[in-house]
Amino acid sequence: MLRVEKRPVESRLMGYLSPVLAAVLTLVSGALLFVLLGQRPLEGLYAFFVMPVSDLYGLSELGVKAAPILLCAMGLAVCYRAKVWNIGAEGQLLFGALTGSWAALQFLETEGAWVLPLVLLAGALGGMFWGLLPALLRTHFNTNEILTTIMLNYIALNMLLYGVHGPLKDPQGYNFPESALFSESTLLPTLLEGTRVHIGVLFALLAVAVVWVLLSRTFVGFQVRVLGLDARAAHYAGFHEKRLVIFVLVLCGGLAGLAGVLEVTGPIGQLVPQVSPGYGYAAIIVAFLGRLHPVGILLASLLMALVYMGGEMVQIELGLPQALTGLFQGMLLLYLLACDFLIHYRIRLGAAVTAPASQGA
Amino acid sequence: MDMDFVINVLYAMIRTGTPLLIVALGELVCERSGVLNLGQEGMMLVGAVCGFIVALTSGSLFLGVLAAILAGCLMALLFGAVALGLSATQVATGLALTILGTGLSAFVGESFVGQTLQGFKALPIPFLSDIPLLGPLLFNHDVLVYLSFGLFAGVIWFLRSTRAGLMLKAIGETPESATAVGLPVMRVRYLAVLFGGGMAGLAGGYLSLAYTPLWAEGMTAGRGWIALALVVFASWRAERVMFGAYLFGLASILHLIVQGMGVSISSNLLAMLPYVVTILVLVLLSSNKARVRLYAPASLGKPFHRTQ
Repeated sequence: MLRVEKRPVESRLMGYLSPVLAAVLTLVSGALLFVLLGQRPLEGLYAFFVMPVSDLYGLSELGVKAAPILLCAMGLAVCYRAKVWNIGAEGQLLFGALTGSWAALQFLETEGAWVLPLVLLAGALGGMFWGLLPALLRTHFNTNEILTTIMLNYIALNMLLYGVHGPLKDPQGYNFPESALFSESTLLPTLLEGTRVHIGVLFALLAVAVVWVLLSRTFVGFQVRVLGLDARAAHYAGFHEKRLVIFVLVLCGGLAGLAGVLEVTGPIGQLVPQVSPGYGYAAIIVAFLGRLHPVGILLASLLMALVYMGGEMVQIELGLPQALTGLFQGMLLLYLLACDFLIHYRIRLGAAVTAPASQGA
Repeated sequence: MDMDFVINVLYAMIRTGTPLLIVALGELVCERSGVLNLGQEGMMLVGAVCGFIVALTSGSLFLGVLAAILAGCLMALLFGAVALGLSATQVATGLALTILGTGLSAFVGESFVGQTLQGFKALPIPFLSDIPLLGPLLFNHDVLVYLSFGLFAGVIWFLRSTRAGLMLKAIGETPESATAVGLPVMRVRYLAVLFGGGMAGLAGGYLSLAYTPLWAEGMTAGRGWIALALVVFASWRAERVMFGAYLFGLASILHLIVQGMGVSISSNLLAMLPYVVTILVLVLLSSNKARVRLYAPASLGKPFHRTQ
């Protein structure tokens, strides 16, 4: 007989193991899914998880795809540490892409090294603004940030569509909903010849370091963590909850906005309707999967980038729908939440087998 | 001509508000039991795609609706197993359900994109539909709209006047006391979650079988999220859900009205309206903290631990 009992203390080990277990369960479910689709399971998994990164170009693309997810997830992690449920990284990314593109289009004829930083700043500021909105709505009007950030995602998407269909549309573009191609001076330099790896990847890694220091070594980071663990304790300690809420949302908005402008000035090179295949939503999964810890999130973002590339690969190689990506994403998060049960509970064999010493707890 | 225009607008308002009404009623019952399920959008999408596929392949709209409801229930069961059974965070589990539902529906529906079927037709009710103004407005709809009227009345009656409804509300307020007097907290919460799932599935089915009889990826366009705002708008009172749903319905067809009046504004800008309205409404209703505390179920979103 199996029985479930509450652990006297949370298990640190399961905290680390649970994401791994979730990934394994997702793989097993993926194998079963491939069987259902009439494929050989190992071949399917190989095409999904190995083939995309089997050469140097594939590995470089992994970095390109992981960068925006990583930036968004770092921002979300800070929010979630403060128990601010920001679901709006997607909208903040899109709005950053929009404002950054607007700035880039002002410099079509301009040369100079100062242009690109200005464009990136415009993107980050756009994202910060988009994060500030739900923050102010929560601090001043007590409005639930889950719903406002979601709504702002849809509004940002429609504003972006308005941009590419209207004021930002390329006048010489045969009426396609796209902006003009950005000029050389507003495009990100690439790091490796023959790949799309751009300096934005370094920004993402820098963000990991900055957030790590922020959360573990600064007073603000301490306040953020206390607010998340016990809002009442934070209040009694004299921390300004409102200021902290604004800080985490604006920080996340800035990082997500940067991710957005890096996408349009990097791999894409112009403003298009599909700037993001849901990177901002994927980042939510990544933040949880990485246990809200910078290093964990770094690893999880690579896995998530691979899930995106795997979806493309099985479409090319096996003719399966690319939507498998979304399915794998959903399974990953759901399995993770289910496995987290083992952090607080343990499963024991029946009383006859367990040692009597463990009974009392 | 003017009167016809108004009737047309109000008629479209009811049609557009119907899926919101259905999904919000389900979520309201779920939240009154103390469970916050943010997975409405995902359950609606899976309901929409399953309903469409079953209706298309079987040729029966009725079977399609059943499939939509069943699919919503299955998704809700998944939520229940993780959020109630394994006591995971309800917010995160709901999000996971929406992400899963979005992916699953896109995956399952991939080969059905672009196909159409003969959706539910308007079914004028004899005599009643002949009443001037009210007849064409209220009694010339498809069968699912009539069903939504019935569900609206049913949920109000259930929460107000049945023993089970009172039990559900008590559990949503103080599950500890409810357990103490012997009420089956977990069973009631599971049932409430299942009801919410079935309603979300039905709302999805309404979209893909009646409103626009086709399947398109992400066709719910945030309606599941708007429904969550609607429950706040209604202060968790079923009587107020219908007004809210139709108000939001009106906001989402405002572009038709504006175009009908000959004003030209970008359709992308007008498409933002329902989301902007949602935020404005939330701001208006939640700025009074005391009011939210008064109306929201006290145990909403908090996991309930069985003590053995």
